[in-house]
Amino acid sequence: MRFPTIAIAILLLAAAPCAVGAQDSKADSARRDSMPKSPPGRGGLSTPNADPFPSTYRPFPSQPTVITNVTIFTAAGPRIVGGSVLMQDGKIAAVGAQVTAPADAVRIDGTGRFVTPGIIDTHSHLGVYPAPGVESLSDGNEATRPNTAYVWAEHSVWPQDPQFPRDLAGGVTTLQVLPGSANLFGGRSVTLKVVPSRSVQGMKFPGAKYGLKMACGENPKRVYGSRGGPQTRMGNVAGYRQAWIDAEAYRRSWDDYLANPGKGTPPKRDLGLETLAEVLRGNILVQNHCYRADEMLQMIDIAKEFGYSIRSFHHGVEAYKIADVLAAEGISASLWADWGGFKMESLDGIPANIALVDHAGARAITHSDDESFAQRLNQETAKALAAGRTIGLDISEDEAVKWMTINPAWALGLDDRIGSVEVGKDADLVLWSGNPFSVYTHADQVWVDGALLYDRSDPAEQWRTDFELGYVTRPGGAD
Amino acid sequence: MRASILVAGALALAASAPSARAQTIAITGGTIYPVSGPRIERGTVLIVDGRIAGVGSDVAIPPGAATVDATGKWVTPGLFNASTSLGLTEVGSGGNANETSADGHDEVAAAFQPWLAYNPQSVLIPSNRDYGVTTVAVWPAGNLVAGQGAVLDLGGGSLAAALVKPSAAMFGRLEGNRSAGVGARGELIGKLTELLDDTKAYMNNKAAYNAARMRPFAFRRVDLEAMIPVVTGRIPFVVAVDQAADILAALDLAKAHGLKLVLYSAAEGWMVAGQIAAARVPVMVGAMNNVPRSFTSLGSRQDNPALLRKAGVRVVLIGNAGGQEDLFNVRNIRYEAGNAVGYGMTWDDALVAVTLAPARVLGVADKVGALQVGLEGNVVVWSGDPFEFATRAEHVYVRGVEYTAPSRQDLLTERYKQLPPTYGAP
Repeated sequence: MRFPTIAIAILLLAAAPCAVGAQDSKADSARRDSMPKSPPGRGGLSTPNADPFPSTYRPFPSQPTVITNVTIFTAAGPRIVGGSVLMQDGKIAAVGAQVTAPADAVRIDGTGRFVTPGIIDTHSHLGVYPAPGVESLSDGNEATRPNTAYVWAEHSVWPQDPQFPRDLAGGVTTLQVLPGSANLFGGRSVTLKVVPSRSVQGMKFPGAKYGLKMACGENPKRVYGSRGGPQTRMGNVAGYRQAWIDAEAYRRSWDDYLANPGKGTPPKRDLGLETLAEVLRGNILVQNHCYRADEMLQMIDIAKEFGYSIRSFHHGVEAYKIADVLAAEGISASLWADWGGFKMESLDGIPANIALVDHAGARAITHSDDESFAQRLNQETAKALAAGRTIGLDISEDEAVKWMTINPAWALGLDDRIGSVEVGKDADLVLWSGNPFSVYTHADQVWVDGALLYDRSDPAEQWRTDFELGYVTRPGGAD
Repeated sequence: MRASILVAGALALAASAPSARAQTIAITGGTIYPVSGPRIERGTVLIVDGRIAGVGSDVAIPPGAATVDATGKWVTPGLFNASTSLGLTEVGSGGNANETSADGHDEVAAAFQPWLAYNPQSVLIPSNRDYGVTTVAVWPAGNLVAGQGAVLDLGGGSLAAALVKPSAAMFGRLEGNRSAGVGARGELIGKLTELLDDTKAYMNNKAAYNAARMRPFAFRRVDLEAMIPVVTGRIPFVVAVDQAADILAALDLAKAHGLKLVLYSAAEGWMVAGQIAAARVPVMVGAMNNVPRSFTSLGSRQDNPALLRKAGVRVVLIGNAGGQEDLFNVRNIRYEAGNAVGYGMTWDDALVAVTLAPARVLGVADKVGALQVGLEGNVVVWSGDPFEFATRAEHVYVRGVEYTAPSRQDLLTERYKQLPPTYGAP
């Protein structure tokens, strides 16, 4: 389909309420009529919220399913003991002490077991750094220049990465795949449902906003120190600021052009500036790799200087030092439970980091950045919970569940759709063999949009990627 | 870390490590897991002059002993993490304190003794010890033969005091061609064979060698000298290897040369568990590895330790799935054990695998690894099951000394627990 002028106008109305659509004049229509009859293709225009690689994800077939007599960590309030949850048509249809299920619903006795929302990982490199970790598949860092805002992680995602089904078996149902941290601006992230697909488009979370990966500190200066810079942290900051100056000029030129369709020649598109401009318009969420407290505070000032928001600091081993600021600024922190010391900027890691950030009223998130610990975010959260309690913080398990569910959902801009067990939300659920904070507990079953996509007891319900066929012996049986 | 330290704040700071000289300590009333024997309900562990002097339900407590009431608690030997670089590395990258990798010569560094640079002042020692780890093995890294490993305890003081056993093992590889300085696995096996043969030739003809009456060797004299205990089977040769076929090659090499082989990593060990058991070769293996990271570890699976154990293999649990268990999180070895249990190992076997099994494999079971009279007083009192996240190490003794000074991580926590922070002492 061609992209007619009318569609551009509609898009403009939606994206820019104070634009000129309603003030159309006869002169404008006359000018439009005199325009060349072949308007630019869709790819010629830098329109807000453009979606050139649209999601083709469709929920897998499901049956109405009710889990009964189970402890439910809802992430939206206190746990429900001996409760039930009904999944129907891909959504959570009912949850409570008792629910009415249709006669044909699959019934699962949850006695002794626990339900949580599907786990959400804000920091994954699955698909872009797949297994096996060979050079031919290493597609996570476009480490060719310090600003590669123009790359999109989804174009590196290999849907046959055998790490995906392992994440799902660990209860992860949504993850954000980020470019690496070599660059000041690493490129766009993509949010995926953890489902089998022939394409990345088939995994893309419908309607999810893009993220922009930014990185502070040691990595950019290490990578570019001998390749033209930045060589220092002050070089890093100059790099961010100059890019935002350029992005603001780009945004203005395009918004001006789009506000007066057909007037003048469209500015030239620039993929990198387009991504940054979308951040300035609020359409892309900033996901900022940053370890040190002082650097995070500088990044907050840069965001204020140019009028954008930071949605989540990632790694933030010193987040606990500025937890009050994070709370006041409404910035979430995607953190490890207990990593640190592996480089200078991570020297001050402490096990109570997540708990202290939560305690200060900021959104704390257990993230992985690791293909092994991504499968055990419940265990990582359990460690963080224990560390908080050890220093005397009064934290409930109900609160800790939020660190791996509703808080990361917020960081991805999806907290109205996933992250809690509430009626109307996507039926992304995990049934655990016991309390998810025990080292001995496994995910027994995992549903995505109400479809059972993992069953620990049934090899037929365990997704195997193309790569694994013939190569990787199925756990628990010969192949 | 202990909550009381953070509450007590300044008081605790007055006590610098170690807080006390080894004294007579009676830990009473707890459930004791001696590892070398059956569980004891409501028992006593007695530590005198830094050594275990009594374990049982009927131990006489000498007058003047400091008594620790462990009623409702679990008492185990201190945990043993057999794969670390603690005290050798302070910061993994970007710092200037990393003493794990030798240059060597032609990718052989057998003479390398990394523990000579062991830093007992490392801030990572208290933060790992406080969580129940009392003993570590420190390994070299890199090369075809990386060098020698040592067993150390986390009792602080000097290297001499902490050293449980120097030259406890030699560390090499049967994978990673590039690190070994070869182009292919066959070449690697050939190079290793040449080293073993040359070592024997050197060992049997030292006089001729010193008189320069022998053919030249590709390897340095110091490395050949260091390899002698390996070819005579006096110390274990710990070989990093993952693929089932390479494991069988390692077993063949060990048999042909009379090596005391230990397999390290062994991702596909479960595929050849019967052969490993028959060769009586122990395995050092992680319990969280299920990612097919390379074409030599396509068979990675989490029940590998359980399947090896089931076949009768002596299993030492280590952390090699990431997660910094070799340094910052040496303390997390207990979660390897928990995960091993989650994937089919018995709880008792998992406890052995992080205490007595590494002690036996590295030849220090006469000193550490169990609660047994005569062994070092390395004891942990846990609030519950040591493999569970909610459980705390409430008391940790190394050679009978409990260390109570806050770790650097405790100090940071204390400073920033209330915001904004105050910058006075500590």
